[in-house]
Amino acid sequence: MIRSRRNEILVAYALMAPFIAIYAVLFVYPSLKMFALAFTNAPLIGPGDWVGFKNFQRLWSDRLFWTSVWNTCYFVILSVIPSTVLGLVVAIAVNRLTGWLQSLVLAAFFLPYILPVSVVYRIWSWMFDKDFGIAQTVITPFTGGEHVSVFRTLPLFMPAVAFVTIWWFVGFNALLFIAGLRNISCEIYEAAELDGAGDWTTFRRITWPLIWPITALVMTIQLILQLKIFDQVYLFANNVRTDATMVMVQYILKQAFQMNKGGLAAAASMVLFILIVGVSVLQFQLLRAKGER
Amino acid sequence: MSAAAGLADDAVAAVSARRLSRLRNVNLLGLVATVATVLAAIVCAFPLYWGLITTFKPEDEIVRPGVQLWPEHFTFQNYWHVLTTTKIGVWYVNSLVTSAGVTVIVLAMAAGAGYAISQLDFPGRRIFWGLILASFMVPIPALIVTHFELMSQFHWINTWAGVIAPQLIAPITVIIYKQFFDSVPKDFREAAAIDGATEFQLLFRIYLPMNWGITTALAIITFIGAWNLFLWPFVAVTTDDQMNITVGITQVHDAFGVSYGRDLAVAMLAALPVAIVYLVFQRKVTQAIMLSAGIKG
Repeated sequence: MIRSRRNEILVAYALMAPFIAIYAVLFVYPSLKMFALAFTNAPLIGPGDWVGFKNFQRLWSDRLFWTSVWNTCYFVILSVIPSTVLGLVVAIAVNRLTGWLQSLVLAAFFLPYILPVSVVYRIWSWMFDKDFGIAQTVITPFTGGEHVSVFRTLPLFMPAVAFVTIWWFVGFNALLFIAGLRNISCEIYEAAELDGAGDWTTFRRITWPLIWPITALVMTIQLILQLKIFDQVYLFANNVRTDATMVMVQYILKQAFQMNKGGLAAAASMVLFILIVGVSVLQFQLLRAKGER
Repeated sequence: MSAAAGLADDAVAAVSARRLSRLRNVNLLGLVATVATVLAAIVCAFPLYWGLITTFKPEDEIVRPGVQLWPEHFTFQNYWHVLTTTKIGVWYVNSLVTSAGVTVIVLAMAAGAGYAISQLDFPGRRIFWGLILASFMVPIPALIVTHFELMSQFHWINTWAGVIAPQLIAPITVIIYKQFFDSVPKDFREAAAIDGATEFQLLFRIYLPMNWGITTALAIITFIGAWNLFLWPFVAVTTDDQMNITVGITQVHDAFGVSYGRDLAVAMLAALPVAIVYLVFQRKVTQAIMLSAGIKG
């Protein structure tokens, strides 16, 4: 018996070995290292001296850092709520359909999500192209026939990137909502109909309370995802005027790889880290509390 | 008695009449909603079609004003050009090797760890489970500086290994495996143990084959994720020859000046593998996405 118990532990560690090795080297060590680095003046590669909270003070007084925080939050506001709401709308619309039409429509909404960001970037920079983009036919009536370079006009940049991001993610969100809608049993609806509940009442009293946990989930996923925004902003800005459109991950990369300030970059990473963990925990609790009521 | 029955009949008739009229309303409304949904789907998919069809047009047709839904002169010139003059072949190989590497290592690691945590009792089990849940919260881009430092200490910058390594932190895969192994009935385990099966046999003969579907779903979604990743391959690779395709194609623009057809052709080639995988394994992809979002699919 003791022998087989020892055997079990041995087998368990043999199976855990790759996981332990990978996590120790690529997760635990880099996390602790990032934490330590944030309090030093180290360059990107190599040792540095302990400087206490100086890096954080420097971030506090760096206007570019605040620009990046603001741009990140602005992008999150522009993208998270619309993509969640649209996801729900699409889910309800798709859920009504049946058979091949449903699969086809769902695929049409979902296909963008499966594409790499660089492909999304290429497609939309062609759509919005200043000279020959097909989207200019939609834009020109508002500008009096003037073609607009959407990604080079500062006030339009973030909304346009958010728009593309919403297009990219709406099918993904819809899919999660559809999964949630399918979990609601038909009997509840039949019972409601017998009680004479109208469509609106049914939605408000049955669908919404049951769909609320999924909404919380989708919004949390989106929020965490979009706080990490970098790819689209970097690609669409195309190395032009990056300071004005800078987002947090971009700021971290700039400090680390262009300025060779590993310590400062680590401090900025910590701020992003705390922001993501804090916001997600807070939002999840908040939404859960509301859903339970 | 009969009056009561008649009343009940009337009530039933009233309900069904109300239902019928509502059904008619719903039918008309439903038709409008269906048409609107289909139109919205077409609008949503249009940029994909437009991007694709542009690649088959000669450059003079591409820049022609107006909406031309089908090329007048169908051409593969753009594809031919990018295939022969860019390093797209090398980028393809890089993407393929690194994505396949990530997929194989992640699944092997996750299946082993998931099985151990789900089925075996060993000291530290709770700590490892806590670590997995904790790593779920950590945004990997926040570790980019220390990952880069680590990879350069290993001399793995500009190598496949360097692109693969940080992508191996995939806690969700372990969590899903654990959940599925948890739900395998204990009877199998006891029966096999009586027959003298070892833990490894249990894993490879019973637990993994029983969850074969989930393994393929996870493999597909891991592969797509690795193929589509931009930030880390962008940071970890600085030479043309080691670039993944998602990073590489953003370079073509700079090398050849503005050519819409070629830019889009190279993008379509980059999207081709994931589009095919999605279209063939649609159900698996959606199942895996729901699972990794925490919804049972």
